[in-house]
Amino acid sequence: MKWIMVGIIVGSTVFADLLQSFEMKRNVVAVEDLRPGRIPRLLRSFAQRGPLILAVCFMAISFFAFMKLLSIADLSFAVPVTAASVVLETVLARLALKEQVNPMRWAGAFCVACGVALLAV
Amino acid sequence: MAAGRMVAERSETVPPRRLDFKTKLLTAVVVLANVFGNFSLSWGMKHQAAKLADSPLAYIQTILSPWVLLGTSLLIVWFLARMTLLSWADLSYVLPMTSLGYVFTAFLGKYFFGEQITLQRWLGTLAIMVGMILVGLTTPNTTARAGEAGQ
Repeated sequence: MKWIMVGIIVGSTVFADLLQSFEMKRNVVAVEDLRPGRIPRLLRSFAQRGPLILAVCFMAISFFAFMKLLSIADLSFAVPVTAASVVLETVLARLALKEQVNPMRWAGAFCVACGVALLAV
Repeated sequence: MAAGRMVAERSETVPPRRLDFKTKLLTAVVVLANVFGNFSLSWGMKHQAAKLADSPLAYIQTILSPWVLLGTSLLIVWFLARMTLLSWADLSYVLPMTSLGYVFTAFLGKYFFGEQITLQRWLGTLAIMVGMILVGLTTPNTTARAGEAGQ
């Protein structure tokens, strides 16, 4: 059950992050829009974007699976093990989002993967 | 859509240095909101009376408990801050940089929940931190569109 929850969390997180990154790069948020008075307008603009709505659905799946995982596993296991999505997302960021991932960034992602493996085994 | 285009246009006039500082500040907000959100959520889940498998009503009761509500609120802050951060920086930059949260989470788990953290887990935490530092040395934005934000 523990590893099924981890699989659901990682899969839904990957889809959610790719959709968010894709959509947020299309419409960049300005610093001024983070002022309290402008938050409602910012939220309205988020709610009008299809990919973000879909991303929220995937995040909801991830959230409830994470709640379940927290009830059956240690916090110091549950949170780090879900970082497996970092490596998968770095690969997909290069392939799908066309980000320039240089060797240092690959090395960083690899270190994170090793860290996740050490935490999860 | 129009609101989104307007914010994009305004962001092009913001000086790069200011946006760089704001990016780092927002990264800190993302990390702290996530760490303390997860901590509150975990605290609430550990202290719940009802088991989640019992009924759907048990889920609702759990969600409405104070610690879970606080955790959920902080995770909403994390979500909004992270969405904004993703509009300023690459996904492949944001993910490792925000992994600092795993280190804080390990400390919280050890000191507040009395969880056992072995040497192996500490080494894992260290590797994540090294990864974060390596990625932190790279340029936050590598896509043309993000460059318009003045990173």
